[in-house]
Amino acid sequence: MTHWIVAPIILPALLAPLIVLAARYHIGIQRVFSVAGVVALIGLAAGLAWQVSDGSVIYYRLGDWAAPFGIVIVGDRLSTLMILLTSVLALFVLLYAIGSGWDDRGRHFHALFQFQLMGILGAFLTGDLFNLFVFFEVLLIASYGLMIHAGGNARLRAGIQYVLFNLIGSTLFLFALGAIYAETGTLNMADLAERVRLIAPEETVGIRVAAVLLLLVFAIKAALVPLHFWLPSSYAEAPAPVAALFAIMTKVGAYAIIRVYTMIFPPDLEVTSGLHDVWLLPAALVSLAIGMVGVLAARKLDRLVAFSVIGSMGMVMVAISLFSPAGIAAALYYIVHSTFAGAVLFLVSDLVRTGRGNVDLTPQAPMIGTVVTAGMFFAGAIAMAGLPPLSGFLGKLLVLDAAFDNDMMVWVWAIVLSSSLISILGFARAGSIVFWKAHSVEPPEEPVPDTRNPATMSYVAVGGLFTLLTLHTVFAGQVHGYTTTIAAQLFAPDAYVSTVLDTPGKLSKPQEGY
Amino acid sequence: MELLVASAIGVMTAGGIYLVLRLRTFPVILGISLLTYAVNVFLFSSGRLTIGAPPVLSDDVTTYTDPLPQALVLTAIVISFGMTAVAVMIGLGAFLGSDDDHIDDQPEPSETEGQP
Repeated sequence: MTHWIVAPIILPALLAPLIVLAARYHIGIQRVFSVAGVVALIGLAAGLAWQVSDGSVIYYRLGDWAAPFGIVIVGDRLSTLMILLTSVLALFVLLYAIGSGWDDRGRHFHALFQFQLMGILGAFLTGDLFNLFVFFEVLLIASYGLMIHAGGNARLRAGIQYVLFNLIGSTLFLFALGAIYAETGTLNMADLAERVRLIAPEETVGIRVAAVLLLLVFAIKAALVPLHFWLPSSYAEAPAPVAALFAIMTKVGAYAIIRVYTMIFPPDLEVTSGLHDVWLLPAALVSLAIGMVGVLAARKLDRLVAFSVIGSMGMVMVAISLFSPAGIAAALYYIVHSTFAGAVLFLVSDLVRTGRGNVDLTPQAPMIGTVVTAGMFFAGAIAMAGLPPLSGFLGKLLVLDAAFDNDMMVWVWAIVLSSSLISILGFARAGSIVFWKAHSVEPPEEPVPDTRNPATMSYVAVGGLFTLLTLHTVFAGQVHGYTTTIAAQLFAPDAYVSTVLDTPGKLSKPQEGY
Repeated sequence: MELLVASAIGVMTAGGIYLVLRLRTFPVILGISLLTYAVNVFLFSSGRLTIGAPPVLSDDVTTYTDPLPQALVLTAIVISFGMTAVAVMIGLGAFLGSDDDHIDDQPEPSETEGQP
């Protein structure tokens, strides 16, 4: 049993209190600790991803108690891919926060950032449903602090919406967990996968209710229409680097849906038949449409980006709800893409705010640093709208291809293609108002207050994310090949289940040698 | 016993949902507290209701109650307590800052000005 797999949770969990206790008045030391921690996380995540890339499953028994009695941390291809994605995104977001000075506009940014990472990474790695709830709460409580970082009335008001919506989501999660425990007597995911199959067909009322409740909870996290109402205000009002980090948070919901509904309630399970195709796919299509219409209708750049995140989550969920190996593989490719694209657009919208003082979609005099910012917005919009040559286009092709033999194929193709057109219109409208029409407006005689040239490191961070998007496009074949092997592993969960359940551990009495 | 517990959960959930739908900070926080009470009792009963039985092993006892839901409830209580405290503080900050305790977005001034 290797101890490395628990390190991505332990490292930020130790670093955050260290930053609060030892360096609370020294922003420079906080920055050094925070960046060093995230770089170490990338190393750990890459090492773990390399270790499981051959299809093996690594696990860690906390306290050496055997599953299903103890809590297990499990790493397979899917979870290690997600922690690698999270830590790489976190590095560039952190560089932007440091470069733009956002981390110095309130207290404890870096400590909350590390706690946030701990919650996200824990949610990806845990093998226990109740532990998943605990890590959801860790990431949520850190995100409450980050969301209202630097204060302000609008931000606090958006913050209270976000907090209350998520509190109700947590309550639903507990109801679902209670129902699952009452029906099966376990909360370990691998154990559940075996026990749910054993429930007699005439006694499935409770577990069906639990499955739907659980899907609702994860759909709230994934901002699936009609449970998306928390997202636009809170992402638009959150500080830009925080919103960029939140781009991974909706993916936590998507990850949980993939994990639970391929392993515990797989599509061929009679108990939950209809949940995947009858309910999830139409909801995903509606989210895609509403998100992209919101892009066209938005009056502010940050709201526009928030709606494009809803739309791209709709696209991810369309691919997931096909629940075929090709669909999951396409969804994972698109998850990586939309995480980076969403983060880029939030950061670019902050560059616009830095350069001209607001993000209203009205013609105003040219902003400071308009050339580079406009170029970055152009590239980010191409990525998010899914135009060639960037990876959004390839991701969309994969989703369309995966939906080819589905019964709902006509609907999927029609909505994906028409919503792409709407989002292109929306981004083109926003870009031409902000960047082109600016040249027909007389510049004001006095410079607008609170505007300045964005720091070089801000550009470096956004450029780094672009480099990743480009690599994601250039190596699309290899990445998609890997996500296909992930999907294959997900649809054959026996290795996962047997690794977790059949490995002996310390049970009720100490074994010899302890 | 079952009827009592089930109706207690039902009444608390109904009251909680009603208060949550009031869309003002104070009733909503009260409603969420009621909902968390309801879910705590629900979790407690998920290990089946047993009266007067111990949760830990001992030699002279033959019936036990399930200890796991008790541990789950403890975790849930601690988390919901902390979350409620955070919600109260953020809600208080938002109320003191803008002198308004509505939770939903108020219409922006520009939206109402343009309309007749």
